[in-house]
Amino acid sequence: MMRFLLLFSRQGKLRLQKWYTPLTEREKKKIIRDMTTMVLARQPRSCNFIHWKDLKIIYKRYASLYFCLGVEREENELLALEVIHRYVELLDKYFGNVCELDIIFNFEKAYFILDEFLIGGEVQETSKQTINRCIENSDMLQEDDNNEWYEVELFG
Amino acid sequence: MPAVSKGDGMRGLAVFISDIRNCKSKEAEIKRINKELANIRSKFKGDKALDGYSKKKYVCKLLFIFLLGHDIDFGHMEAVNLLSSNKYTEKQIGYLFISVLVNSNSDLIRLINNAIKNDLGSRNPTFMNLALHCIANVGSREMAEAFVSDIPRILVAGDTMDSVKQSAALCLLRLNRTSPDLVPMGEWTARVVHLLNDQHLGVVTAATSLITTLAQKSPDDFKTSISLAVTRLSRIVTSACIDLQDYTYYFVAAPWLSVKLLRLLQCYPPPEDAALRSRLTECLETILNKAQEPPKSKKVQHSNAKNAVLFEAISLIIHHDSEPTLLVRACNQLGQFLQHRETNLRYLALESMCTLASSEFSHEAVKTHMETVINALKTERDVSVRQRAVDLLYAMCDRSNSKQIVAEMLSYLENADYSIREEIVLKVAILAEKYAVDYTWYVDTILNLIRIAGDYVSEEVWYRVIQIVINRDDVQGYAAKTVFEALQAPACHENLVKVGGYILGEFGNLIAGDSRSSPLVQFNLLHSKFHLCSVPTRALLLSAYIKFINLFPEVKGTIQEVLRSDSQLRNADVELQQRAVEYLRLSCIASTDILATVLEEMPPFPERESSILAKLKKKKGSMNVPDIDDSRKNMNGNGHVEHNNNIEEPSEAPAQSPASVVAALIPTNRPRPTSSSPIIPSSGIMPASHPFTDLLNLNSPPATGGGSLLVDVFSDFPGQAPAPPAAAATAEVSEDNFLRFVCKNNGVLFENQLLQIGLKSEYRQNLGRMYVFYGNKTSAQFLSFTLPQLIVHAKPAEPVIEGGAQMQQIFNMECVSDFSDAPVLQIQFRYGGALQNLAVKLPIMLNKFFQPTEMTSQDFFQRWKQLGAPQQEVQKIFKSQHPMDIDVTKAKIIGFGVALLDGVDPNPTNFVGAGVIHTKSTQVGCLLRLEPNTQAQMYRLTLRTSRDSVSQRLCDLLSEQF
Repeated sequence: MMRFLLLFSRQGKLRLQKWYTPLTEREKKKIIRDMTTMVLARQPRSCNFIHWKDLKIIYKRYASLYFCLGVEREENELLALEVIHRYVELLDKYFGNVCELDIIFNFEKAYFILDEFLIGGEVQETSKQTINRCIENSDMLQEDDNNEWYEVELFG
Repeated sequence: MPAVSKGDGMRGLAVFISDIRNCKSKEAEIKRINKELANIRSKFKGDKALDGYSKKKYVCKLLFIFLLGHDIDFGHMEAVNLLSSNKYTEKQIGYLFISVLVNSNSDLIRLINNAIKNDLGSRNPTFMNLALHCIANVGSREMAEAFVSDIPRILVAGDTMDSVKQSAALCLLRLNRTSPDLVPMGEWTARVVHLLNDQHLGVVTAATSLITTLAQKSPDDFKTSISLAVTRLSRIVTSACIDLQDYTYYFVAAPWLSVKLLRLLQCYPPPEDAALRSRLTECLETILNKAQEPPKSKKVQHSNAKNAVLFEAISLIIHHDSEPTLLVRACNQLGQFLQHRETNLRYLALESMCTLASSEFSHEAVKTHMETVINALKTERDVSVRQRAVDLLYAMCDRSNSKQIVAEMLSYLENADYSIREEIVLKVAILAEKYAVDYTWYVDTILNLIRIAGDYVSEEVWYRVIQIVINRDDVQGYAAKTVFEALQAPACHENLVKVGGYILGEFGNLIAGDSRSSPLVQFNLLHSKFHLCSVPTRALLLSAYIKFINLFPEVKGTIQEVLRSDSQLRNADVELQQRAVEYLRLSCIASTDILATVLEEMPPFPERESSILAKLKKKKGSMNVPDIDDSRKNMNGNGHVEHNNNIEEPSEAPAQSPASVVAALIPTNRPRPTSSSPIIPSSGIMPASHPFTDLLNLNSPPATGGGSLLVDVFSDFPGQAPAPPAAAATAEVSEDNFLRFVCKNNGVLFENQLLQIGLKSEYRQNLGRMYVFYGNKTSAQFLSFTLPQLIVHAKPAEPVIEGGAQMQQIFNMECVSDFSDAPVLQIQFRYGGALQNLAVKLPIMLNKFFQPTEMTSQDFFQRWKQLGAPQQEVQKIFKSQHPMDIDVTKAKIIGFGVALLDGVDPNPTNFVGAGVIHTKSTQVGCLLRLEPNTQAQMYRLTLRTSRDSVSQRLCDLLSEQF
């Protein structure tokens, strides 16, 4: 299973954190620190996998953002890379040419999309179409909500 | 504002995020956040009821602040309110906040659970999914308790939407991981297996994860999944024209599902059914074939997905380890990857080949790639890839290629990254020993290790080379010559000085014939290093010097002069000073015969597994060290030089499982080979920082009860060889070590030149069992007696203990009533014609029959008052004999057998304990209180029990311990 997913910038600023096992805030901070220092120190064209404690760390850089996935030993590294890639595709599809700022300003959306893709550290749904449909549907619901709210404001 | 937010667009949130981003300093950021927190707090507290939108916006802001790394201590209630909103976006934000911020012990969990329950029952799939995601994200025990029966129902219900099924499957998986005891197996399990047949590939994907985890825990219940998984896999892999629509990922058919199915199959052995088995083989072959086809896309995603499936298939092939052709094909495929331009593939190929190397079918095939792997070691730019290459070389090493591999590793070591040097050193040391036919090669290799990477050579490594040299007389001369030459280097590593000092001290005579390495030259060479060394090494060198005095009487004068110098005799370090004084004295007053006896060559070390392997395993985690020899799999690597005492090794302890306890009830005598070294240090005395004392076996601390040769020499002086203990006649009862066993159950009870007695014991209520180990080197006869107050069943021991062997005897005992005298073990045996009598007090004390009792403060004081009669209380005030360390004291009280009660005594520095003594006829409750006074270095110990004799006895026993 996957234990955590972290997104951080080249400057080491954390943009998203998702934990699939219960950890204390202290432990989380320690892992975040370890991951950013370890991954940012890697030379270009190194392999994308690192052994770290009892985990495998799979990381990949997309533009200014590093995606860093901690998985258990029996997980498939190459497929974990593609988990990252599929998530990037999903973000890309939703935001249209996603960039770091999209994730900063719409962090909640980044979490929602991730939840449709992975649950409990396992892949739930791999179909891009299905996930996108899900997210779009909820956006539709949101727009309905907003209309309702605007109306309320209008009349209230 | 650069980014346009999609969807609902909470403008206030976007403004706030911009503000934070514009902050120039950490202080400015904190200031802005505090302002916002104050604002939100006032909104939440305000009289005006907030509408859903505002609540959502503020909760979202709080979440953002939290994710920036700041503490959030309010807003939880508002988030919980959002859960019950019927607006999707509000609910969604509420759930997100809960998932990220709420920990399991929150007071709000009941409210949250209520909201979840409503959503689960809403039949609205979007709401149900939100609720399931939340359970999976939080995964707390309370949630498991609340929903564990609902989720399987949702999962297998016919009318559940696909997306909800997926969420439910993984939600159940999460709960199974966090609270496995709560997830009931039931009729739903069979139906879950059938989800593998589901039309919807997303459902199959999610269900496969769940089934794999469940199958790992109870394989038998999910056996039916094998055939379904093979069928499903076969349909994905082998049928060319199947359209999987969006589940095809960069021209690879359902890679996630394929990998998960292959993983599921790794929970089981190869299918027994022949048809199924051949179908699976066909799948695996197809996957291997596809690897040879030209890629359908140049994108890395295509090759990653395709190879992900390939690597998982290879894992399955290795797991089955039954099809030689597949194994060899897998190996060849990995061989191709070894030279692939993608670093990732080279890395994975090296890693995967490591496991292939341990299969008998593919070991030879792996070996054919040795040159490539050695090349990788030299040319790979990425240290993690080089590390995998080292691992693989280690795994593929056998007798045929060991010399080359060890040489390559040694040469790599010169430039290796610091982070992996120690590991390489361990690996080289293990391989060199394991495949040494010619021990001169072994000695050369280890000395090279020390030369190249001396700082990374741990104690285990240099201990080991000494053990081996001592045990093999064919290599001793060579070793002496080699260390002598190595020591000529102007700068040599301290570890080399240690090895050199030890070996020359033992075997310097073997090269002394050559005038270039005459005794004086050897001594001068060693002594030239002396001043550059640390204290432990200097101590070792002093021991080497005294050994020289014995080996080479001609340098006695020179060495005595060195020992006599102020820098030795008045050395500030106690250990060095003591050695200098004692060695000097010894050399002056002992006769040649005594010297020869005391400083005799070391006897061989007992054969045992190298402790280096254990160290490597510890370092890497055993899963990462391929067993280079299967016969070693079950051995444990405890054989430290420091602990050449089998009795202490936990691996020898009888397991606590009921079955073995029953087995152990039958008294058994198990002879086993053991150390023949004359002195076995008493446990726990040897400080780890002074391994040399033990190595040279010269300076066991006097506390070893007559065990130290040196101490004996002085006490038995003048002029005789150390006498064996009182011949025949009645022996004095030895109770030197008796009190050490009050708070512990295992250790060395008695020791002299002939015999060592070790103990291991266990107690339950009024019953006890004691394992007595008699170890040493003569033919012996033991007679044991029945003992007062205790019913002891002892099987008569074998009349003979072979030289160097150890014999075990088991006593079963029962405490009939309280007692204060300990039974005495009478041992009689014949040694070299003389009858030896020994009497040793067995450390069976009343407190061994304690059962600890936990109780509250209130209970404790109530009982304390009830035991208030003057004869029930015994009190003793005594001076502390050891440093007053809280943790040691706690450990001793617990070792004494009572429960240590925290928070009972109003004074936190006091210790309070409670327990019940079990005897056959009665039980005696006991309360104790220990009050330390650190200033005065005193203790006051008070015991209250219902019996005065018990109070007195316990007080006597315990008061000797601090």
